[in-house]
Amino acid sequence: MATTSPRPTRPATQTVALIGNPNTGKSTLFSALCGIHQRVGNYPGVTVEKKLGRVDGAVGSLTLIDLPGTYSLAPRSPDEMIAIDVLLGHRSDVPPPDTLLCIVDAGNLQRNLYLVSQVLELGRPTVVALNMMDHVTARQIKIDVDRLAQRLGVPVIPIQANRRVGLEQLRQALFAASEAVPRIAESPFPRPFQTAVEELGTALTDAGQPLDRYLVERLLLDTGGYLAEAHLNGTAAKVIPLIATLRERLAGENCQVPAIEAIARYQWVGRMLDGVVTHPPQRPVTLSDRLDRVLTHKVWGSVIFLALMTLMFTAVFKIGKVQGDIADVGMKAVGGFFRAHIADGPLQSLVVKGIVGGVGNVLVFLPQIALMFLFIAVLEDCGYMARAAYLMDKLMSRVGLSGKSFIPLLSSFACAIPGIMAARVIENRRDRLITVLVAPLMSCSARLPVYLLLTAAIIPSRNILFGLLSLQVATIMAMYLLGIVVAVGAAFLLRHTLLKGPRPPFVMELPAYKVPSVKVVSWRAGERAWEFVRRAGTMIFAVSVVVWAAGYYPRHSKAIDAPHHQELATLQTQIDTLETAKADAEKAHGTLNEAQQKQLSELNDTQDALQKKIAGDHLRQSYLGQAGHAIEPLVRPLGWDWRIGCAAIASFPAREVLVGTLGVIYNLGSEEDEESPALREQLQTATKDGSKELVYNVPVALSLMVFIALCAQCASTLVVLKRETNSWRWPAFTFFYMTTLAYVGAMITYQVGIRLMG
Amino acid sequence: MTALSELAMGGKGRVTQVRGVDDVSLRLMEMGLTPGVELSLIGAAPLGDPIELDVLGYRLSIRRSEAALVEIEIVEIDIV
Repeated sequence: MATTSPRPTRPATQTVALIGNPNTGKSTLFSALCGIHQRVGNYPGVTVEKKLGRVDGAVGSLTLIDLPGTYSLAPRSPDEMIAIDVLLGHRSDVPPPDTLLCIVDAGNLQRNLYLVSQVLELGRPTVVALNMMDHVTARQIKIDVDRLAQRLGVPVIPIQANRRVGLEQLRQALFAASEAVPRIAESPFPRPFQTAVEELGTALTDAGQPLDRYLVERLLLDTGGYLAEAHLNGTAAKVIPLIATLRERLAGENCQVPAIEAIARYQWVGRMLDGVVTHPPQRPVTLSDRLDRVLTHKVWGSVIFLALMTLMFTAVFKIGKVQGDIADVGMKAVGGFFRAHIADGPLQSLVVKGIVGGVGNVLVFLPQIALMFLFIAVLEDCGYMARAAYLMDKLMSRVGLSGKSFIPLLSSFACAIPGIMAARVIENRRDRLITVLVAPLMSCSARLPVYLLLTAAIIPSRNILFGLLSLQVATIMAMYLLGIVVAVGAAFLLRHTLLKGPRPPFVMELPAYKVPSVKVVSWRAGERAWEFVRRAGTMIFAVSVVVWAAGYYPRHSKAIDAPHHQELATLQTQIDTLETAKADAEKAHGTLNEAQQKQLSELNDTQDALQKKIAGDHLRQSYLGQAGHAIEPLVRPLGWDWRIGCAAIASFPAREVLVGTLGVIYNLGSEEDEESPALREQLQTATKDGSKELVYNVPVALSLMVFIALCAQCASTLVVLKRETNSWRWPAFTFFYMTTLAYVGAMITYQVGIRLMG
Repeated sequence: MTALSELAMGGKGRVTQVRGVDDVSLRLMEMGLTPGVELSLIGAAPLGDPIELDVLGYRLSIRRSEAALVEIEIVEIDIV
């Protein structure tokens, strides 16, 4: 291909659409070509990621559209239709491509050229990038690249995207290709089929709805009927009988639809590759083969899989502990800073308790979440994820899911949000929906603080199972198990009711292992982590402010603060006097006498207690407190009093809020966390309003934990569900079914518990 | 005529036909299981399902229930 000089009329930016099979290094090539110039979004109405990038070259720049990896351009759903619409320039939200770039795995040309045969039929200028040439060399395969280019009639550029080999040639070819006159590709189909396509095309034109030749072909081939439904409406509907007639005729001419497509295309591929690819007489055993023998081994495969999963969770929990301590100190420091620099009042409360307490409490999970994303990205990129799905498929299929649902559910133990996003790899819509609908039932890291607090405070610390296991640990494990069991049941029910359908096929390529690309892995993990930060800055921010306001207003200063004004002032004066005395004593290298020291600490305690009582009274009077009282009859069957109900309401946006809210309610100030013995003691000694009866006993604690385990108390999860399913229907459904489950589950726990214990 | 699901571990076969016109059989054909293509069974997951095939020089994993749709003829292994 000669590089022609750019004509002056050429638009400054050309558009290239990138398409290819999964596992061909498409993301690596995209990153290598575009660097940091990428934008990621979503196509409206579907769950397909819209990814655009900019490629800079000597003669101008290109806009690169990355399309989802696919084995075939045979749309059977709106999601799969996106690729065709983009390639044909039918979408208004991305520019129509001047050139199509098809990336193929050089080590697997036979299967990869199937997609190429479809892309060439679109009749657009096309460039083929032959990636992973190193695999070809390793397996002693020889490819006559020039001959292949000649046969395909388009430039074929050998590259190695991970090592950035051949990218300059590829760039040049892309700039030159849009100048080339589109070549009418030779149809891979036999003559009778082509005749039928022409007849159908004419009929459509006559009906006033002409279609691209490729779509006409697809209409004939799509026996599932998706395309006919999507494209043949109004006047064009009258060609539907013709399609049936043509199919019948083709069956008689030995061109059975739809089998003819795969047969004809693979024959075409055979013709293209005849004499182009030379295989060694014996396929050499590669490192990937040897690795695979161990990693999918009956025994070792499972052992390594379990070990990897344990490693991932241990790492995430370990860093969670360290980071939790650092975050505590950091949050206190930030809170203290604002407390010192903003005058006492609503603004200080909003910033410290609402924003730092709300958004900060969510952001502290970032390191854990980023680490989880990193693990997943590495496993995806090196090719292990496909093996994990392979190993788990049998178990998952028993509940109506497939192996592909395993990783999203596993990630949900850290946080349902990455779990739901990880479900994108599941092509089948019904499968993906079931997975994301049950993912929030997995006990995520935000539930752990609640479990820890309640278990430590209320569950007796004694050993069970002949001293092998502490009852407290067993309780926490039971909560995790509860989530799994309920999720399995929910998946089973959904599969047999709302999302009924055939069991999805499990037809999956097990790609060759490769060393993960640092660039792709860090991009993928970084992108997902940033998404999390952005959500904390918007959604969680807004919700935190609302919850704060509900807990702060209305402010009855006269009724609540005023009666204590005098008392507080006196206390302060006494404290100040003693502090001055203390400072003076220290100046003289002495200390206060014992009686004075005792008095000072008692005064401080009294002051704290009074301030906390005032805070508690305010909360009781607030909208949140009123709501707690209003729902008290509703939560009584669960064994809760109004305070727990109030905390449960406040924690609907984010369940980790529960610990903080309980802290405020029990007159403790909202800085308390689960490690605080004071909050634990408060829970142990709290009594019901106007009686000596304890609020918390074992059934109440269990009922609250079961509620937290099963309830959809996470606004971010619901927002992500909305984004992934593109409708508020599914998050609403999830909220409803999980809240119902949680309520009923908590009620059963309490009612059964109180009878057993009573 | 044998179903692919009955192929013995390590056995080789040649596809004669994929039964059915639904999504599953189409998917199998798109992935390269078309008449005349040779394949071999190289492994199975710990619970016996799904299975792993070597076809067109790559590794394809399908369930036994899907393999039952693929008709093959056994290719005799030459004994040297």
